[in-house]
Amino acid sequence: MKLPIFMDNHSTTPVDPRVLEAMLPYFTTHFGNAASRNHSFGWTAEAAVEAARAQIAALIGGDAKEIVFTSGATEADNLALKGVASFYRKQGNHIITVATEHKAILDSGKRLSREGYDVTYLEPAKDGTVSPEQVVAAMTDKTILVSVMHANNEIGVVQDLAAIGAAIKAKNPKCLFHSDAVQAAGKVEIDVEKMKLDLVSLSAHKMYGPKGVGALWVRRKPRVRLDPMIDGGGHERGMRSGTLAVPLIVGFGKACELALAEMDAEAIRLRALRDRLYRGITSQLAEVYVNGSMEHRLPGNLNISFAFVEGESLLMALKDVAVSSGSACTSASLEPSYVLRALGVGDELAHTSIRFGIGRFNTEEEVDFVIDLVVKSVNRLRELSPLWEMHQEGIDLSTIAWTPH
Amino acid sequence: MAYSDKVIEHYENPKNVGTLGKDEDDVGTGLVGAPACGDVMRLQIRVKDGVITDAKFKTFGCGSAIASSSLATEMIKGMTIEQAGTIKNTQIVEELNLPPVKIHCSVLAEDAIKAAIEDYKKKHAR
Repeated sequence: MKLPIFMDNHSTTPVDPRVLEAMLPYFTTHFGNAASRNHSFGWTAEAAVEAARAQIAALIGGDAKEIVFTSGATEADNLALKGVASFYRKQGNHIITVATEHKAILDSGKRLSREGYDVTYLEPAKDGTVSPEQVVAAMTDKTILVSVMHANNEIGVVQDLAAIGAAIKAKNPKCLFHSDAVQAAGKVEIDVEKMKLDLVSLSAHKMYGPKGVGALWVRRKPRVRLDPMIDGGGHERGMRSGTLAVPLIVGFGKACELALAEMDAEAIRLRALRDRLYRGITSQLAEVYVNGSMEHRLPGNLNISFAFVEGESLLMALKDVAVSSGSACTSASLEPSYVLRALGVGDELAHTSIRFGIGRFNTEEEVDFVIDLVVKSVNRLRELSPLWEMHQEGIDLSTIAWTPH
Repeated sequence: MAYSDKVIEHYENPKNVGTLGKDEDDVGTGLVGAPACGDVMRLQIRVKDGVITDAKFKTFGCGSAIASSSLATEMIKGMTIEQAGTIKNTQIVEELNLPPVKIHCSVLAEDAIKAAIEDYKKKHAR
């Protein structure tokens, strides 16, 4: 077993060697511009791009012509929200999303608010889920777009998009439905027809493809319109100009093909590893709490709060394992995870949270190593923790007059 | 973020971890910070004839917070309580090479020393 172990597969994933192999010829041999219509270099590149479109569309049950390539999912989210808001302004100015969305959605929403749009942020239930009733209740005759992420990047909670999509369209068939499906794509089934989706954001590097490429799937029937954010040569049906990154797109396509072919088997394997990690930790440590629903969850995700042990200090102890924490100390802001806050997890527990993201290349041996290291480290840090000592003495920590700083 | 070697050393081998009897007459206890802020330090001193003969700590917080309190207990041992009361957080920042985002850890350690001295003095005010 090689150290350090990468168990942070929600942040990014390594490129699958099969993906890299598919990409390589497109750097040096088939380097043509996919927009060059007048020679074979261009035709070869274009054919590769079109094949990738089909591979990507197949993963979500869409059509190849509906894929708009972007630099990544952040751009796709921005384009979906701002592009739709701008184009449909006359129909309404209300957008609904969820408090636990990725910052690409939340910050796009903030900008739209400053520009006169009305943005509603739904509060999820304690387990992180959003109900169709909740979405519909927030809809008004001004609502032009609902955006609900498929799976959350911190807690891995998977939303019931089919039920939400059906409810939205039952209330108003013209209201558009977008999903940031970055974490879900290739991990759980996505079907844009069943889910009645109009726009879907995807990213290659979260599913063993390269960094620097993503896509926005935009429904053609009935046609969904948006105002582009980048003007230029009119690429991507005018929705996103700029020369296509052919090697990255080829890798993205291959990654989708592999994900689709292996998803079912991989989900079973990842779930078994995740459950092994969960049992290994919870059977040996008291006062640990899972954040988010265990039932509606990505197979490879586990997000746990280790009460009385600050997250960053635990990360320091886990220096041979790459995981991440919802502790404020590990983020640029001074606030603990806004996702855990939205679930009603108290700040004192949010500071103690660790996110494990098990992926394609993790092994049982690695999981067992992580279990041992986590248990040992939490026990050691609890011996150092005044809060653990007070808890052991039966002192209710909420009764202490703390001195927040 | 990369930690300085000194922070790592204190984090991996913290000095003076433990608990002194908070009700004992010669012990002063400082408990500062808040769980909701992500750091709580408890620093205790044992005082004999105005001199700190022992110091213990326990800390809930990041590696830099643990290192700051570990260092603080080392610094104050053998000092008079007056000397200990003049320790500034900047001394801790310098010794541990703390980056700007971790300066609050050193401030908390200074506060913990002061709170422990305060508690000891209160016990002996009569």
